[in-house]
Amino acid sequence: MSNKQKGDPETTGHSWDGIEEFNNPMPRWWLWTFYATIIWAIGYSIAYPAWPMVNRATEGVLGWSTRGEVAKEIAAVNEANEAINARLESSELSDISSDPDLNNYAVQAGGAVFRTWCAQCHGSGAAGAPGYPNLLDDDWLWGGDIESIYTTVRHGIRNEEDPDARWSQMPSFGEFLDKEEIEQVVNYVMSLTGTPQDPSQVDAGREVYMDNCAACHMEDATGDRMQGAPNLGNAIWLYGGDYDTLMETVTYSRFGVMPSWEERLTEAQIRAVSTYVHQLGGGE
Amino acid sequence: MSTEQKSPKPASARKRFSIIDKHRIIETNATLLLIFSFLVVTIGGLVQITPLFYLENTIEKVEGMRPYTPLELTGREIYVREGCYTCHSQMIRPMRDEVERYGHYSLAAESMYDHPFQWGSKRTGPDLARVGGRYSDEWHLDHLRDPQSVVPESIMPKYAFLERRMIEPTYIVDLLKAQRAVGVPYTDEMIEHAAADFMAQADPDSDYGGLQERYPNTQVRNFDGAPGVSEMDAMIAYLQMLGTLVDFSTFTPDASR
Ligand code: HEC
Ligand code: HEC
Ligand code: HEC
Repeated sequence: MSNKQKGDPETTGHSWDGIEEFNNPMPRWWLWTFYATIIWAIGYSIAYPAWPMVNRATEGVLGWSTRGEVAKEIAAVNEANEAINARLESSELSDISSDPDLNNYAVQAGGAVFRTWCAQCHGSGAAGAPGYPNLLDDDWLWGGDIESIYTTVRHGIRNEEDPDARWSQMPSFGEFLDKEEIEQVVNYVMSLTGTPQDPSQVDAGREVYMDNCAACHMEDATGDRMQGAPNLGNAIWLYGGDYDTLMETVTYSRFGVMPSWEERLTEAQIRAVSTYVHQLGGGE
Repeated sequence: MSTEQKSPKPASARKRFSIIDKHRIIETNATLLLIFSFLVVTIGGLVQITPLFYLENTIEKVEGMRPYTPLELTGREIYVREGCYTCHSQMIRPMRDEVERYGHYSLAAESMYDHPFQWGSKRTGPDLARVGGRYSDEWHLDHLRDPQSVVPESIMPKYAFLERRMIEPTYIVDLLKAQRAVGVPYTDEMIEHAAADFMAQADPDSDYGGLQERYPNTQVRNFDGAPGVSEMDAMIAYLQMLGTLVDFSTFTPDASR
């Protein structure tokens, strides 16, 4: 049964248990929006890359492409920084810090580079981790003046990719000394900064040290930056100063590797991050 | 007004939409509806997918791409097994922030030998498409053993057990053949030497000339620093080659792609 009254629109003709549906037209605004989207879609597929053709898709009259867009964006940023980057690249490294504008830029940009490329090893605050040196203090393996830092960052340390990488190798003394001698020298090294495990071995250890270690770590144990040999007399440890770690270091030696950054970063970025590291606290 | 409606459509509607009116036939016949829906979806799918097979610009040719070495491929299998892809993507999107953080955006050709690909869209950790060479082997070892030891704020789980699981190239020939079946151009020679190549890559004292000839730019090292070939060797070998094959200093991207 239908309850249709005079003036009501037509029904769709479907009838379910006597309930019928008005055949109302779609609201005008809805219909026009719908048509507009169709026209938009046609316009869009003409303006932008869209239809697959035989060899490649239509390129669109606007010439837009994802790659073009990213290249443009990068070019815009490079252009904006071009002048200051050129200044950074042509300045003497040691002059950067005395030019407030340039220094400010280098430290900010260098901080961004550091957090992206260096933080995983040296820590987000540059405080390091066992095997990865702290860059905040004034204890340097390879030198803390800006030129040394720059060389270290540019070429890296003990990597195979860069022939100019800093290079040195402590021998694995497990191959030359017997266990007793290693225990002695470790006790001696411990005595330099604290309490040795076994004080009776220190004297014998000093002899082993002078014969085997002083060439690199120096007689007074202050280390040698030419070879990246750490200072053993200042209680700042790269790998650790406890008995077990020292035994391991001396028996098997260590081989800290840092990648070369020459290929991955631009000259300006390397200078910026070197300036950043230099001003962290320990720069010389 | 009549109270009964026998005709399926009001007279006026029937006149205007007599052809379209036939949709009733489909709507009331489930099998037909199914067949036609399937047809529509098929057409939609074909329009999207077929061009990818013949469009020349889908995969641009780049120099340097080669199939994975047996050890790298094994590392990749472990990567998939451990679900590293649930946290890491391997595709650098063409956007400035991504390019600045990870390096050149990924090219389709760089994952053409990936079955299955590891692009991913979930990044709990960073993208790994160009992680090769970015860190030292020692760092990867420290990091996989205990990520928090080098990155204190990390939430990545520990994978120290990889180091203790020694592996043999028992199934490597099958693995290469399976990859070949889905289109990776492994040659008979590569398959024949698979087991030897597998062992050679982790042993710098071995005779690895043949390996490097078959797979140019292969890094040969004792990746985990310990004797024997462990899953850690395979994993680090894989991570250290990611994104390193294409030489971008000689590559000019076609901007219109
Ligand atoms: C893969 C880990 C790793 C990454 C990434 C890394 N470094 Fe290093 N870096 C090291 C290691 C390991 C050493 C110490 C090597 C050694 O034992 O002599 C080191 C040493 C240094 C030194 C020398 C410290 C000294 O005492 O002389 C500087 C400076 C330095 N890194 C800066 C950087 C900068 C800047 C970056 C980012 C562009 C960076 N590092 C990225 C691992 C890394
Ligand atoms: C050929 C030079 C050389 C000789 C000889 C040498 N070392 Fe070293 N030593 C190094 C270098 C280089 C490092 C840094 C290794 C690294 O950073 O990976 C180092 C690191 C160390 C460390 C780690 C310091 C830390 O901060 O964790 C200790 C301890 C050490 N040496 C002790 C010794 C002792 C003891 C001897 C003598 C038995 C010795 N070394 C002989 C070059 C040498
Ligand atoms: C729960 C999520 C999660 C899983 C699963 C996971 N990772 Fe990670 N990964 C992270 C996070 C978060 C980071 C960033 C912090 C860090 O460096 O540890 C990261 C960092 C890394 C990095 C350093 C990347 C860079 O450029 O800094 C590597 C390499 C890596 N993961 C490899 C792996 C491998 C291989 C696996 C599988 C065995 C794996 N991850 C599984 C979350 C994860």
